[in-house]
Amino acid sequence: MDISRGASHAEAAPSTGTTIVACTYKGGVVLGADGRVSIGNYIMNRASNKIAPLSDFIYLCRSGSAPDTQIISDNVKHYLDQMIAESGEEPTVEAAANLVRLINYNNKDHLVGAMLVVGWDKHGGGQVFGAPIGGTLAKEKWAIDGSGSTYIWGYCDSEFREDMTRAEAEQWVKEAVALAMTRDASSGGVIRLITLDGTGAHHTYVQGDQVPQFIDDMPFPGRDPVALPLPGAAPAPVPAAAEGGMVIG
Amino acid sequence: MSGIGTGYDLSATTYSPDGKIFQTEYAQKAVDNSSTVIGLRCKDGVVLACEKLVLSKLLVEGSNRRIHNVDRHVGVAVAGLAPDGRMVANRAWDEASSYKRVYGEPIPGHVLCERVGSYVHMFNLYWSLRPYGATLLLATYDKNGPALYAVDPSGSSLRYFGTAVGKGRQAAKNEIEKLKLAEMSCREAVVEAVKILHKVHDEDGKKFELEVSWICDESNKQHQRVPAELLADAERQAKAALEDSDMDD
Repeated sequence: MDISRGASHAEAAPSTGTTIVACTYKGGVVLGADGRVSIGNYIMNRASNKIAPLSDFIYLCRSGSAPDTQIISDNVKHYLDQMIAESGEEPTVEAAANLVRLINYNNKDHLVGAMLVVGWDKHGGGQVFGAPIGGTLAKEKWAIDGSGSTYIWGYCDSEFREDMTRAEAEQWVKEAVALAMTRDASSGGVIRLITLDGTGAHHTYVQGDQVPQFIDDMPFPGRDPVALPLPGAAPAPVPAAAEGGMVIG
Repeated sequence: MSGIGTGYDLSATTYSPDGKIFQTEYAQKAVDNSSTVIGLRCKDGVVLACEKLVLSKLLVEGSNRRIHNVDRHVGVAVAGLAPDGRMVANRAWDEASSYKRVYGEPIPGHVLCERVGSYVHMFNLYWSLRPYGATLLLATYDKNGPALYAVDPSGSSLRYFGTAVGKGRQAAKNEIEKLKLAEMSCREAVVEAVKILHKVHDEDGKKFELEVSWICDESNKQHQRVPAELLADAERQAKAALEDSDMDD
């Protein structure tokens, strides 16, 4: 590789070129992220944790600049701790999301952080907020961000259903991240999943050789190239009347 | 009254030998000598009612406001020195406004009442300041439901089902204790509040006005004046009840 070429210098800082995905389901939320941190073509960390806890029931998915999003996460966690001390209650997801958004907005000249604030509170149930660069805040039923997200909008749009079960939602998130990891060079490694409901956070770790693979994927070393597991071993049942959405297969 | 606190009552930073701070007690006297204010928390909201003595025929009806709005979901009624009460109500407004800006949601009642309490208490700590001569009754309606708080000149803030402050507070509290507030709607409570104010009003011929507000399901959980016809109807019932009891005498 010719070091004098511009390409690798442009990404000199570690970047969470990333895929982060979150969705609500009946009873809570599921969030997922890949594990790759890269500097140009060098993978600095292949199993990083891009999901940061802000409180017992609220988590932050980070994409964009790694140091920027870590600082934001630390600060918001601190403010939420103070909020818990003052109010004696768990904070709402909206309050956490607003704190993230204000930091993004008030420092928009300096920060590059595209994040998802995802959590559960007793008044609103499971909620997903997108907090992209610049300082917008958008409450959504599902959200994706990071460089890998560009490849999975179609999948997410067509496969998302409201009020999925926990298993269906986890499958949707896992597949979305896996599909993005297939196509995005800056995403890959492992998948981390967290399911959040009234009982707290439930972590799932999908290590590299367990990540779902798809036709045309180069099989993971040691795996039988013929018997590739097709996406969604237990696929979500396709509803008979999808409200205007595409029905595939 | 001279001689009660002689020597120990000159500043808010001096204790008396029996553990009192006389300046705070004197501030409380300012509240005790003011016209009566009552608050009632019922099953669907909170009612605040003030008796306002008309000091001069030259005053425009409705001036001398004793009830203030502090954000949509919080109302405050003042007893004691009106300008002092206005200062504290403005502070409550500031707190509610900055909370919403930072956390994106309306300030919970119990957080606001603690902040107002801390603020009022601060004026009992320094030689260069005098305690506020006002008690605030806060009516709030947040995610946790309706609540009534009272913050007095010492800075203590307590939550009530129903309470009264001012000249007629003893008689008013006796009447309030007879009410079954948990089963009452705000509509019914308005009538009861007006009846109580008429009953405990000092019969020395001074004209008085009523200022009554509520925050309840019927008002869309927003703090506002009670509708004019409801107030007129309540006054009619109150005067009729007084006449009935007069005839019994």
